[in-house]
Amino acid sequence: MATLFRENPRFSDRHPLGGIGQILAKLHLDGPLLAGLCVLCAFGLVVLYSAVGQDLDLLLRQIARLSFALIALLIVAQLPPDLLRRWTPWGYLAGLLLLALVLILGEVGKGAQRWLDLGVRFQPSEIMKLAVPMMAAAFLHHRSLPPRLTHLLVIGTIIFLPAVMIAVQPDLGTALLISAAGVLVVLLAGLRLRHVLALAALAIGAMPVLWHYMHDYQRQRVLTLLDPQSDPLGAGYNIIQSKIAIGSGGLFGKGWANGSQAQLEFLPEKDTDFIFAVLSEEFGLLGVLALLTMYLFLVGRGLYIAAHAQDTYSRLLAGSISLTFFVYVFVNTAMVCGLIPVVGVPLPLVSFGGTSMVTLMAGFGILMSIHTHRKLLPR
Amino acid sequence: MQRRAPIKDAGAEHRLFMNRLLLASLLVVLLIGLVVGRLIQLQIIEHDHFADLSQGNRVRIEPVPPTRGLIYDRQGIILAENVPTYQLELVPEQVDDTDATLQALIAEGLVGEDELPRIRMMLDNSQRFTPVPLRYRLEEPELAQFAIARPRFPGVDIQARLIRHYPFDSAAVHAIGYVGGLSRDELDQMEDTAAYAGTTQIGKTGIEQQFEQLLHGDVGHRQVIVNARGRTLGHVPGEEPRPGHNVYVSLDIELQLVAEEALAGRRGAVVALDPRNGEVLALVSTPGYDPNAFAAGMKPKEFRALSTDRDQPLFNRAVRGRYPPGSTIKPMLGFAALEEGISGLNHNLFCRGHFSLPGSSHRYRDWKPQGHGLMNLHDAITQSCDVYFYQMSTEMGIDTMHDYLTGFGLGSRTGIDIPGETAGVVPSRAWKKEKFSSRANQVWFPGETVIASIGQGYMLTTPLQLAAATAAVASRGVRFRPHLALGYEDSLEGTFHRYEPDALTPVAADDPIHWEVIINAMRDVMQGESGTARAVGMNAPYSMAGKSGTAQVFSVGQDEEYNEDEIDERLRDHALFVAFAPVEAPRIAVSVIVENGSSGSRTAAPIARVVMDKWLLEDRGGSVVDDWPERHPDPSRLARNASGIAAAD
Repeated sequence: MATLFRENPRFSDRHPLGGIGQILAKLHLDGPLLAGLCVLCAFGLVVLYSAVGQDLDLLLRQIARLSFALIALLIVAQLPPDLLRRWTPWGYLAGLLLLALVLILGEVGKGAQRWLDLGVRFQPSEIMKLAVPMMAAAFLHHRSLPPRLTHLLVIGTIIFLPAVMIAVQPDLGTALLISAAGVLVVLLAGLRLRHVLALAALAIGAMPVLWHYMHDYQRQRVLTLLDPQSDPLGAGYNIIQSKIAIGSGGLFGKGWANGSQAQLEFLPEKDTDFIFAVLSEEFGLLGVLALLTMYLFLVGRGLYIAAHAQDTYSRLLAGSISLTFFVYVFVNTAMVCGLIPVVGVPLPLVSFGGTSMVTLMAGFGILMSIHTHRKLLPR
Repeated sequence: MQRRAPIKDAGAEHRLFMNRLLLASLLVVLLIGLVVGRLIQLQIIEHDHFADLSQGNRVRIEPVPPTRGLIYDRQGIILAENVPTYQLELVPEQVDDTDATLQALIAEGLVGEDELPRIRMMLDNSQRFTPVPLRYRLEEPELAQFAIARPRFPGVDIQARLIRHYPFDSAAVHAIGYVGGLSRDELDQMEDTAAYAGTTQIGKTGIEQQFEQLLHGDVGHRQVIVNARGRTLGHVPGEEPRPGHNVYVSLDIELQLVAEEALAGRRGAVVALDPRNGEVLALVSTPGYDPNAFAAGMKPKEFRALSTDRDQPLFNRAVRGRYPPGSTIKPMLGFAALEEGISGLNHNLFCRGHFSLPGSSHRYRDWKPQGHGLMNLHDAITQSCDVYFYQMSTEMGIDTMHDYLTGFGLGSRTGIDIPGETAGVVPSRAWKKEKFSSRANQVWFPGETVIASIGQGYMLTTPLQLAAATAAVASRGVRFRPHLALGYEDSLEGTFHRYEPDALTPVAADDPIHWEVIINAMRDVMQGESGTARAVGMNAPYSMAGKSGTAQVFSVGQDEEYNEDEIDERLRDHALFVAFAPVEAPRIAVSVIVENGSSGSRTAAPIARVVMDKWLLEDRGGSVVDDWPERHPDPSRLARNASGIAAAD
């Protein structure tokens, strides 16, 4: 075996980036991905500083969170994909147990319950954002593709059990995103066309059921998308103000920290879910295109890594992580410019707040691990 | 990789995957194109339109909080209202030198030196055009004083705001509750925080908490026109807020005040119920506290003083206090004995002043050391003979006692419509087994049955439970859930929505004569020749029935004497009394507990008498919510509360 596989010389010897490249390779980091993340985060901090009203304390807190998330990335990148795959079922099981705990404690505490207080407060649904696609990929790893119907049923359970548990918290947004991450694995695995159609039919059929179980405020958000003026103070207010912010930004924007919508407090949640509107107002279409380019680069690099991955698990997982990241970007930007209903999804790595940041960076850590732990196949 | 299934075709699978990846990439590009297209539409094509909106349209939409509903007593007297108060505010952008202005205001005596840190913190954290409150609750003379000094303080002004006010101060505070500042945690617990936009206070206890949804109302909004720097220039009215509904409670504030006065200076509780429907007529827990202090914003120091007070003024003794019921349960146990055929009317027993279980030398003492002599059930209740009940309990057993007492509602929450009620304990074999973990402690001892028969030992009841159980005796077994809310008046329609009394499982009697036997005995407690409380009831112009009780706080050794003068006041026995009247058709049932009051018949019974006198002699049974439409032909009177909005502006 040792003679068949040895370290990929691209990462050990004559590296194109020279000394830095060697360090990166030693740390199992992917240069392009890391550079892209750094540029994006730096740009994000610039926008955030304006959005929080030039409050240095808040900015420092965000930087602290970013650093913590980067450490998570660094740690995850050291774990070889084979090891991750073997740990996957345990991680998934632990996530399920924690979700059940949240539900039980939620019964006691009344109202919405997403947090678990185990010394540090965290949301078990965050674990599931990675554990669900990992479990789905691990399940398909040994099986022949495209998956058979019985396998699809098992994966369906893997995905929708935690999704339902999160949906009743109630956190419909996260439940849908987690389902998306799992479904993406299946689609990448090569789902047959008739299965895709059946799935689509099922999704459309589920909509009235979903509507029935929605909370009033969630229904309101959907209705508001169709007619924002119907509720100008409540749910419609956000969309009206955010469209004014984006539209008035124009091509070049009003300038950094100069957006009247954002700075005069017209725009609600401007440092979290609606930070994209601040960017659009102050940096204009050009600024937005720059940001979207950065996101596309990260997604593209992720898909490249998926294409070059060497086993089914890595391949499916890398593809799912990259595409899920894109789903976050799309859902947030489309929501802020009024294309889809308001769901509580932050703009990844830019919005203020730290819970999802650690998960995102851990995801990128997995991508790097997959890419840097490849073996040279004898061909 | 060695464990791959044999049918796995790596090449084909990789091609399939690449295929899908390509498809996904196309979808990514398509979706990004969609977003970019939308952005081009908003930022390039419709840019002028939105630029106009953001430039010319400097309109901010602001919530207008609703005025909180009022709380009335049964006679229509206001127990909780909203009054305007005046606060001093400073707008930072209109003040050149904030420090000098603050110093001048301190010199004027309008702002306290100790308020400075709070004001500075608020100044640092607010927009330059947002008013910062400097002083809450300005008094009239201060208003006049500032009116004169005003030209010297540009950018400082007086704002009117509505705050909750309780005209009777501490009266009925444990029933009505109070409102306090809406906290971050409370907001987080809410499903729809938009409903509380602009609201600063929320019900914290009592009726104010229980009926928060009715009292709060619906938020409205208005458009605020601001200048280029965001300062308010004027308002455009939008949707009016809907004031909260007005809640009517069954309390009679005059009866409440009489009861509070009777209990003044002591720690204790009084609960008065209408046995015919479960309406709570008075609910007293002393000492009380002033809810206005909470509504106006309490300093942490004041709150700490209240919450650490040795007399626990914040503690609602009436629904949360757990006391041994003492002899007040004897009529119910007597009823049980009749029902079970253990004690007939002619069953006699000779009381020598003490009782011992067979084969034991331990003496359970009667409160009367020389004994009561020959006793039947009637005499045993009127003279409160302990030995009679000791003997009876050994024949009945704890589980039967438990079943009857819980049937009267003791040992479980009554379901009253204010939060925080406790259940208390009526022990049984099963209860003890569950309560204790060690095997040795789980065993029920015969001696425990003996002391349970006089309401001691594990048994704990709340004053509210005792009142409800007494009401059940008074109405010959018919039971209602005790409740405070009679209903609410719709703030827009003016119609009254009445809550119907909630009937509970009645206490059934094999023979109605059993009720009359024990009620007759209770009547003789107060109006018979040898009753323990005859001094209190003898001269009354109406018939009444009652039972005294004394609950041990301090246990006396087997051969010692209980000497009141020698022990600390806080270790003296609790005094209890339950009563109802008139005996033939009861309209009121009362329970009284005076902590460390020593004697039920001497300390607690007179309080019960005062409460019943007030209610029956003044014939106070009616309520303004009866025949609502005839009494309230003109709904425009609602403008009284709605007009508060104008005052707040």
